[in-house]
Amino acid sequence: MTLVLTKRDRAMASGAHGDAAATAMRILTRIAEADGAARLIDVTSAHIDSCLYHGEAGLDFAERLADAGGRVVVPTTLNVASLDLLHPHLVHADERLVDRGRRLMAAYVAMGGTPTWTCAPYQSAHRPGLGEHVAWAESNAIVFANSVLGARTNRYGDFIDICAALTGRVPESGLHLDEHRRARVVFRLVAIPESLATAEVLYPVLGHLIGRAAGTRVPAIVGLAPDAPEDGLKALGAAAASSGGVAMFHAVGRTPEAPTLQAALGGRAAERTIDVDLGVLRAARDELTTDADGPLSAVSVGTPHFSVAEFRTLAALIEGHTVAPGIEFYVNTSREVLAEAAAEGTVHPLRAAGIEVVTDTCTYITPILRHTTGVVMTNSGKWAWYAPSNLGVAVAFGSLEDCVLSATTGRITRDEAVWGG
Amino acid sequence: MADRMLLAGAATGTALVLDEPLSMWGGLDPETGEIIDRRHPQSGVLATGRVLVMPSGRGSSSSSSVLAEAIRLGTAPVAVVLAEPDDIVLLGALVAEELYGITCPVVVAEPGTYSRLHTGLQVSITLTGIEIRS
Repeated sequence: MTLVLTKRDRAMASGAHGDAAATAMRILTRIAEADGAARLIDVTSAHIDSCLYHGEAGLDFAERLADAGGRVVVPTTLNVASLDLLHPHLVHADERLVDRGRRLMAAYVAMGGTPTWTCAPYQSAHRPGLGEHVAWAESNAIVFANSVLGARTNRYGDFIDICAALTGRVPESGLHLDEHRRARVVFRLVAIPESLATAEVLYPVLGHLIGRAAGTRVPAIVGLAPDAPEDGLKALGAAAASSGGVAMFHAVGRTPEAPTLQAALGGRAAERTIDVDLGVLRAARDELTTDADGPLSAVSVGTPHFSVAEFRTLAALIEGHTVAPGIEFYVNTSREVLAEAAAEGTVHPLRAAGIEVVTDTCTYITPILRHTTGVVMTNSGKWAWYAPSNLGVAVAFGSLEDCVLSATTGRITRDEAVWGG
Repeated sequence: MADRMLLAGAATGTALVLDEPLSMWGGLDPETGEIIDRRHPQSGVLATGRVLVMPSGRGSSSSSSVLAEAIRLGTAPVAVVLAEPDDIVLLGALVAEELYGITCPVVVAEPGTYSRLHTGLQVSITLTGIEIRS
């Protein structure tokens, strides 16, 4: 397919809208050609992942665009960064990371990004609707936008996110098109005990398993409850996007493009159907744990960032307990959710019990944990998947209830009953 | 069917064929060029200077930055060969070329070529495609 640019696209590429927009349009055009796109299309928002420092290349790129006068032309939110600007004492970054992290954040704010510093922009009041084209980066945000909101974004990554924000344009390809949104693989939940089917812990484990088996193909899940909670789908998507390249899933009877399995499949046959029973789920759960015996050194929850509802749940669980001496307990969230939860009164009880709240960043991408020799417990499939490589820590995966019980007793404790023994 | 040059350029190196896709972010250390995803079958292997062959991209959208940084530092593979197009890999290579003038070609191999790529073979990327030299 030959890429056809509009007059306005061509003007942008030739520098009529400034050097930054020209660079952005040049990169978008190369990607569009690689994708085989016929044209570029408008997006209504962008979410920038590039504000997390990974080295000089990302900073060089951002500062070059900002110095060239780049300004975003659509509402643009900013992903987690390397620093917690609200609680700077929590991040044990060296001078270089503090300097580079701040410069990178400043460059994206200078280009007009909103300093949301969250991986869960969908937990904001304004979120895209069904069929709306957006340019979102950050793998969990991508899968949430496509699957739960029915908005349309490709698996955008660093660099193209700001190119889209500076031009308001993306290639018409991939998940922007109907044909790529239909499910290819079906995961069928079979004979899952009621206790697990209604448990929060099911979602990250199922997501992990789906990511491993589906790779980059769009999966459909049959058997999730029609009222499956948004936080569950958030955890499922995040895990599937980490262990695989899942950018969209259908939960039949729950997500907007999957009223029926046939609709999710776009009227065609599945390439493969995989039955998920208790044994398969237990095996997936075990893959997320590298050391179940301890000693416990920390607990981290809120990957992706904690929601207001999750603050309520945790506040109820921690009531009457305190975190055991020597154990670190972190909740990662956004400034916006923190303010909302604080107004509801669900933050104070956490802090009083010894829980630290991290904003703007996350415990698995920047040095926050004080002790990394013991085991870190998490209820996040994504955290469990990445932390052993990123931080070199041992991980024990469990439910939020397990995390609280372990943190307050100081010992890794997991409820096996929910897993059928 | 021919190999598709997503980012054209010339490179020669020893093939490193990955058994599973690799997320560069969390999977490749740009300081050393080592594969550091401890769950990856090729964990511990050095990707520097190799023609990196993998079926597709995986995981985090931060991988573009990590690849660009590895290219800047000279620890990156000399080329990336994929079985299917991957924008995240391509972007990392494109931005590194834009910023530093270093080209790390990105190629989608036609299925026949892809299946003949094995770790240890000498591989050249030319402007027209992939040549297996030994």
